[in-house]
Amino acid sequence: MFIFGPQQQMNLEGYVGFANLPNQVYRKSVKRGFEFTLMVVGESGLGKSTLINSLFLTDLYSPEYPGPSHRIKKTVQVEQSKVLIKEGGVQLLLTIVDTPGFGDEVDNSNCWQPVIDYIDSKFEDYLNAESRVNRRQMPDNRVQCCLYFIAPSGHGLKPLDIEFMKRLHEKVNIIPLIAKADTMTPEECQQFKKQIMKEIQEHKIRIYEFPETDDEEEMKMIRKIKDRLPLAVVGSNTIIEVNGKRVRGRQYPWGVAEVENAEHCDFNILRNMLIRTHMQDLKDVTNNVHYENYRSRKLAAVTYNGVDNNKNKGQLTKKKKMEQEMEQVFEMKVREKLQKLRDSEAELQRRHEQMKKNLEAQHKEIEEKRRQHEEEMASWEAQQRILEQQKLDASRTLEKNKKKKIF
Amino acid sequence: MASTEIARQAGEGARTVPLAGHVGFDSMPDQLVNKSVNQGFCFNVLCVGETGLGKSTLMDTLFNTKFEGEPTQHNQPGVTLKSNTYELQESNVRLKLTIVNTVGFGDQINKEDSYKSIVEFIDAQFEAYLQEELKIKRTLHSYHDTRIHACLYFIAPTGHSLKSLDLVTMKKLDSKVNIIPIIAKSDAISKSELAKFKIKITSELVSNGVQIYQFPTDDESVAEINSTMNSHLPFAVVGSTEEVKIGNKMVKARQYPWGTVQVENENHCDFVKLREMLIRVNMEDLREQTHTRHYELYRRCKLEEMGFKDTDPDSKPFSLQETYEAKRNEFMGELQKKEEEMRQMFVQRVKEKEAELKEAEKELHEKFDRLKKLHQDEKKKLEEKKKSLDDELNMFKQKKTAAELLQNQAQQAGVLFSSSCAFLTSVIS
Repeated sequence: MFIFGPQQQMNLEGYVGFANLPNQVYRKSVKRGFEFTLMVVGESGLGKSTLINSLFLTDLYSPEYPGPSHRIKKTVQVEQSKVLIKEGGVQLLLTIVDTPGFGDEVDNSNCWQPVIDYIDSKFEDYLNAESRVNRRQMPDNRVQCCLYFIAPSGHGLKPLDIEFMKRLHEKVNIIPLIAKADTMTPEECQQFKKQIMKEIQEHKIRIYEFPETDDEEEMKMIRKIKDRLPLAVVGSNTIIEVNGKRVRGRQYPWGVAEVENAEHCDFNILRNMLIRTHMQDLKDVTNNVHYENYRSRKLAAVTYNGVDNNKNKGQLTKKKKMEQEMEQVFEMKVREKLQKLRDSEAELQRRHEQMKKNLEAQHKEIEEKRRQHEEEMASWEAQQRILEQQKLDASRTLEKNKKKKIF
Repeated sequence: MASTEIARQAGEGARTVPLAGHVGFDSMPDQLVNKSVNQGFCFNVLCVGETGLGKSTLMDTLFNTKFEGEPTQHNQPGVTLKSNTYELQESNVRLKLTIVNTVGFGDQINKEDSYKSIVEFIDAQFEAYLQEELKIKRTLHSYHDTRIHACLYFIAPTGHSLKSLDLVTMKKLDSKVNIIPIIAKSDAISKSELAKFKIKITSELVSNGVQIYQFPTDDESVAEINSTMNSHLPFAVVGSTEEVKIGNKMVKARQYPWGTVQVENENHCDFVKLREMLIRVNMEDLREQTHTRHYELYRRCKLEEMGFKDTDPDSKPFSLQETYEAKRNEFMGELQKKEEEMRQMFVQRVKEKEAELKEAEKELHEKFDRLKKLHQDEKKKLEEKKKSLDDELNMFKQKKTAAELLQNQAQQAGVLFSSSCAFLTSVIS
């Protein structure tokens, strides 16, 4: 037998030690290591590979491992490359997924399909791994973030951009970026961003949203970032000396556009957000929202009539109702029968009483008659006796007379 | 730096590249920790042990709180599991602590089924989690995990050996939960006896193949302390919520005429070791083991029981469909079976009730017949009575008429006579 008590809030009266739990979690997570899958999508020549190299301060894409734009493909491919990077005792297995050939055709209809298929197939792999009877490690290759590169036209989103984002915003966290931001002046950039956000809202595209926190400071920062969406970035593989500092930047005759200068572009914001503060959240949203959506859709489809618990509950309540109805009918019938029996019994009793009364009445009558008769008899006999006596007297007198007279 | 699990998983497929500066992903553990702290933690402890071994007191002492509870009586008819959930907070860490107590364990004369309720309870929590995991629309990240993370098994301080109930119970539980055996009320044992007792217990556990929880030694930062502590198992503890002044401090202790047992004095008992191991160092590992080992084992057995197995990679998608189709069929099958059972039961009841009613009806008829007979008898008697009265009346009537006739005759004779007398008299005179 199990008894569950209510939940209560208690106060500690001294040291316990579970405040150390976060450290335990920290320790274990470092031991386990981390993984992250990042997808980059955009037309050729938008500086995607350069940006990745800048973000991770490494030559992910190099002459030996050319970026997507250098790989000549006939159709859109989806390819992944894995790198293991370490920093401060923390190991990260980074998977970069790129899409060479995206948007490069004349007819780009359905160029998003391979991307969708790829994302779905990773979800499916995970679902299958999760559904095995023997589950060991479940390698997680699900795409946790998609950086979508928008060409800096200055006007607005292209139809391809809108199509892509509409089709993928419910499958993956989309972070739209304005590529090669150093081709626009700050004002142009501002306009462009406004236009893009307007169009995104118009088309009800849900890009990645920063989670709310209770921390006021954090919320202030987040609001600031929100105002600057979509982020306009510049990437560079070259290091230039500016004012004695070595910085990543792009050298122009008229100056150097610095990657990490907040006044030049939003690269820092992107890096901080993507890597330093929200990487975990990107993974969580992928796991709790996008994957769960995929899973429930897949399972519902597979079982069409549904092992859906709601449906099951429906069946169960139906059964219960049927049970109850049957019970009710049964009870009613039983009650009726019992009532009938009781009625007949009562009737029987009543008749019996009546007959008894009847008989008793008759008895009484007879008794009465008998009594009368006995009275009558008694009086008659008394009468007779008197008569007899009289007769006797009379005959005696007569005798006397007779004796007298006859003489 | 030692290789991480991820690195091992990546294997050949990943190349290592050097970083040219600080990227910043070394904040990942912090990000993860922040998330966990925001979510709050939960920890579920099961206390198994006979009544009176100080389970509740130890919990109060461990968590420095006065939890609910009246001490239980010894006359429980079976083993009941009482679960209470508490929300605690220490600095910025919120913990949802559930303490499950076994009430009445070991109190019965026949203890054969004592362990059964416990196993059922543990399985029920696994089942609840499994059900949630298998749902189509599920919310695992906000699910209140009730699976038992640690089972503190309280051993009575007899000083001799484990009771057979202890061995049997721990054997049944060791594949389902992390067992941490502790010697309760160890202030009843002297130090030398205690050492012998611990050795005896450990050897009995080993020889009976009972797997108790070992503090993990794979993480260098805690390997040393964990392995030292492993050698001190089972911990001999004393619990107390009362405070005694020692020197100039108030400490938790038990005061005897011959001295004071200080709970937090490592020379007096292993309480501090237990607290360190259970809460401060390995709480997270206990949770992890429960999830990755015990739960997975339960899940595997359950699924295999239902007839699922992992087919080869080609048919994986198929097996998923199969899985759910099978589950659905099973459910429908069970539903039908239940319906059938219900119908049968119902038919049975109807039959029984019908028989009852028929009996009642029969009785009524018999009663009716009896009364009828009674009535007829009475009627007969009445008739006889009437008849005899009528006879009497007739006789009387006859008598009367006869007498009257006689009278009339006599009268007539008398009249004649008196008239003749009168004539004669008149003649004579």
